[in-house]
Amino acid sequence: MAEYQNIFTRVQVRAPAYLGTPLPRGTWVRQGTPFFNHLFGRFGDAQIGPFYLGTTGLLSLLCGFVAFEIIGLNMLASVNWNVVQFIRLLPWLALEPPAPSNGLHFPRLQDGGWWLMAGFFLTSSILLWWLRMYRRARALGMGTHVAWAFAAAIWLYLVLGIIRPVLMGSFGEAVPFGIFPHLDWVAAFSLRYGNLFYNPFHCLSIAFLYGSALLFAMHGGTILAVSRYGGEREIEQILDRGTASERAALFWRWTMGFNATMESIHRWAWWFAVLCPLTGGIGILLTGTVVDNWYLWAVKHHVAPIYPHVFPPVIDPATLPGAPK
Amino acid sequence: MKMDSVTYRNLTSSTSGLRRGGAPALAVAAIAALILVAGCERPPMEQKQNGFRGTGMDTNINPRLDAAKTANNEIPVALPAASPDGPTAASVYQNVQVLKDLSVGQFTRVMLAMNQWVAPPEQSCNYCHGANMASDERYTKVVARRMLQMTRYLNSEWKDHVGKTGVTCYTCHRGHVVPQNVWFESPTQGAGKGLSAGDPNLYSPHASVGDSSLPYDPDTEYLLGDRQIRVIGKNALPDGANSSLQHTEVTYALMMQFSQSLGVNCTYCHNSRSFAVWDQSTPKRTTAWYGIRMVRAINNDYLVPLTGTFPSHRLGVLGDVAKVSCATCHQGLFKPLYGVSMVKDYPELQGEVAHEAPATEAAPAAAPAPKTTALIPTRAVAEPIKIAQR
Repeated sequence: MAEYQNIFTRVQVRAPAYLGTPLPRGTWVRQGTPFFNHLFGRFGDAQIGPFYLGTTGLLSLLCGFVAFEIIGLNMLASVNWNVVQFIRLLPWLALEPPAPSNGLHFPRLQDGGWWLMAGFFLTSSILLWWLRMYRRARALGMGTHVAWAFAAAIWLYLVLGIIRPVLMGSFGEAVPFGIFPHLDWVAAFSLRYGNLFYNPFHCLSIAFLYGSALLFAMHGGTILAVSRYGGEREIEQILDRGTASERAALFWRWTMGFNATMESIHRWAWWFAVLCPLTGGIGILLTGTVVDNWYLWAVKHHVAPIYPHVFPPVIDPATLPGAPK
Repeated sequence: MKMDSVTYRNLTSSTSGLRRGGAPALAVAAIAALILVAGCERPPMEQKQNGFRGTGMDTNINPRLDAAKTANNEIPVALPAASPDGPTAASVYQNVQVLKDLSVGQFTRVMLAMNQWVAPPEQSCNYCHGANMASDERYTKVVARRMLQMTRYLNSEWKDHVGKTGVTCYTCHRGHVVPQNVWFESPTQGAGKGLSAGDPNLYSPHASVGDSSLPYDPDTEYLLGDRQIRVIGKNALPDGANSSLQHTEVTYALMMQFSQSLGVNCTYCHNSRSFAVWDQSTPKRTTAWYGIRMVRAINNDYLVPLTGTFPSHRLGVLGDVAKVSCATCHQGLFKPLYGVSMVKDYPELQGEVAHEAPATEAAPAAAPAPKTTALIPTRAVAEPIKIAQR
């Protein structure tokens, strides 16, 4: 007999493929005959399709493909079209933004113009995908929460890639495309602006990031723990609180004195997730534009603690008379 | 709640899944995990706290890597000291331009030491000297003379960096005619054929910056040129003096090179909270600051002027002379040769200040000064000694 395990399960409940609600007029049709995949069913719903591509979806994929090609071909060119080297060095390869001296001009393609082009098409792709999410949610009569959560991430992306560089007056301030290069950029960004850990919006962003993980674990754990009482039927439990809800609530009231509700926990999760990139984006936006050194800013505002000196005082040798240049 | 054909059970007995289809999955996971940690050094590491507790001011030490370093940093035995008595080198030999006031015995001893430290054994004196010992026909002799001047200059003028330990030829050369850790300017990489222009940010990993994807040639700007290394904002609020992030990446690359060259992490010199402020830095940062200026002086005042002296096969692909960086002397150690001073046995190399009062140790009686101009050495046996401590 099939056995339902609520962490790893081999049980897949199958029903005839569901084709979805009727589409409003003037939209594309859904494509493809739905089919079932056992492997997918291990992780989620076994039903694949039908798909809805739509105008925005198609354009988004096209723009994304163009951006992908620009980045990839530039990287391939940087290893002289050597495919083996391209694969070997891929984590190190980059498409860099223009030099700082370029300011906000459109440079020659090989001097960062390709970076701007890739950025334009990637941004178009992302925004079109956002529009698609928004419109699909509307078409289903849903709320648009997912689209706005996605918008929060897009905000951080836009701050890093275009808003802050424009405010700073140089495209060169933006992030390069590339696996290690963009990580190096992050480290350099923190170094240049005197340690980003002292940026309070960075603190908030981290709190919401870790908080999201904590909430996710708490909520997931709670629901799995009461699934034996039908707790995973959350929507049903929101409307008609059953013993699963009661036990879950009681558990948290016993362990920490307070509990979210079957409904409010999702608001908690949504806000924590959304606030992570929102506050992070604010922190990036302030860096370099209105604050130049977060450590000194934190000292000025008595945020940074003062530790006892361990070494004898060190003097900047450049300030000594007769010091070498 | 009714339970139909599906049994709701607790989370425990899910081992049957592992038995049936789990083994290949486990193997894949194990291989993936191995790949992920392939670049790691195996624990345990040692940590030394060198700042206030809880501030991450720690030096990480891998004892296994240190063992290999110790083997690479053995010191050749010093030659027996020579008598300062007797005629000066300049009065006996022709064309002596440095070390003129040494006795012939002392002068010969320095030559023998250079033989031991630098010249290939099969050529020994002939590596620099032709049949006429006084002639400057071989470029190697011209370079060697300039390097002697440089060594004395470093030991006398750069005590802020080399301290009392000082340097000798061996600090860099280690038995090689060209020190192993030198650098040349790199030709622009990443010829994109119409796509990306050559950009030093592309196309790494490069060992010069710790295999990172950072700009791979911070040396030309910072160790040959004197571009401002400091990029961090000097005030809390913007003051108009803006260093770009791309400039920051070059500085970051230089610092990675420091870290590699000295085998230390950032907090050896810097405070973990603020890399910029000096009053919380470790005193090592001052030493490093002078080191940067010293390297610039070596490159610009001693090496670049020798460009025309070297034959083309000693030059880089761009025709530039071999230049030094931190790694040339340090070779992976926070102090070259673990801080063992070789120059104390060779006071002649200590430059003008030391030269006035040669600190000759009690010279063994049997140190006769050879009276011949033909310095065919009996090549003192240079048995490396183990370093007892560091």
